[in-house]
Amino acid sequence: MNLDLSWMAWTWPTAAFFGVIALLLVGMGAWEYASPGGNPRVGVLRFETTRGDRLFLSLLGSAFIHLAWLGLVGSNLWWALALSVVYAIGVFRYV
Amino acid sequence: MDKTWNNKAWFLVLPVLVLVAFTAVIPLMTVVNYSVQDTFGNNVFTWAGTEWFEELLSSSRFWEAMVRNLIFSFIILAIEVPLGIFIALNMPKKGWGVPVCLVLMSLPLLIPWNVVGTIWQVFGRNDIGLMGYYLNALGIDYNYVQDPFDAWVTIIVMDVWHWTSLVVLLCYAGLVSIPDAFYQAAKIDGASRWAVFRYIQLPKMQRVLLIAVLLRFMDSFMIYTEPFVVTGGGPGNSTTFLSIDLVKTALGQFDLGPAAAMSLVYFLIILLLSWVFYTVMTNYDAER
Repeated sequence: MNLDLSWMAWTWPTAAFFGVIALLLVGMGAWEYASPGGNPRVGVLRFETTRGDRLFLSLLGSAFIHLAWLGLVGSNLWWALALSVVYAIGVFRYV
Repeated sequence: MDKTWNNKAWFLVLPVLVLVAFTAVIPLMTVVNYSVQDTFGNNVFTWAGTEWFEELLSSSRFWEAMVRNLIFSFIILAIEVPLGIFIALNMPKKGWGVPVCLVLMSLPLLIPWNVVGTIWQVFGRNDIGLMGYYLNALGIDYNYVQDPFDAWVTIIVMDVWHWTSLVVLLCYAGLVSIPDAFYQAAKIDGASRWAVFRYIQLPKMQRVLLIAVLLRFMDSFMIYTEPFVVTGGGPGNSTTFLSIDLVKTALGQFDLGPAAAMSLVYFLIILLLSWVFYTVMTNYDAER
């Protein structure tokens, strides 16, 4: 069977992006296996979040950080990426 | 107490995961791929980087459509939620009137969206449409094809006609679940009609109201078919919402790259709003 996926128009940057997302999910799975229960806690947002919620918030927030950077600053996204990592660390630490 | 961990259940979820992969994940991945490239067809793509996102974020057309969407959703909620509560409060709670009202309320919900659009498109025409013709006969200068205000009124009235029933049915379900003992206690205390509503009916309806607000917000924010059929986004761009703009870009202009970028931003906004609503709902449950 010839599985032609050219219509999906893969590029290395987008493949790397999805690779990182997949790795994050695998990592979260491994974390859950090692420490089951999702580590629920009430953080600065004053409602209970699990580590899955915190990953979701980190990814969603990072997407908006990148968009805001593109719209307000420019197309060099490395600083936006650095800001997103700081934001994600903050979310995992305090939310 | 020790829990028994049995992961075999995951195999039962596997078919759903495969289905979701084919219907959502793979198309979403493709949209991400398209959003950073340009194409003229024949599966030939050229790298565009973040160009489409920058173009989109500085596009007045996009922000105007977004503002229209938000205004539309706000108006819809401001009308449909109070109206739905009012109708639900006045519906009979027992007797033959109950099934009659429930059927009448359900009817608009059963009509396909494009048919609703067609009904109102004809209904509003000032040459053959019942509403358009008689409004003009009464001296009201109504023409939804040429006047942006009339187009907005038509779309809002159409949506109210189509979807208020959903709010009514949800509120009604909340109201009939209130035991008679609550009303009897209120009567003994000499509570006014307003006090009964404020302290008995409204708290009991809160959960279903939250669902109603969530559903109506999401639906109205993603509205496409009805305004597309009635006004096609016009006159001018006055009723061009994000979804209509997106389809025009993707299918009308075949600009797949910009359309993919727009889809992703639209998707992120919907995702954020869904999360906010979901969080509010689940935390409300937890507090109860």
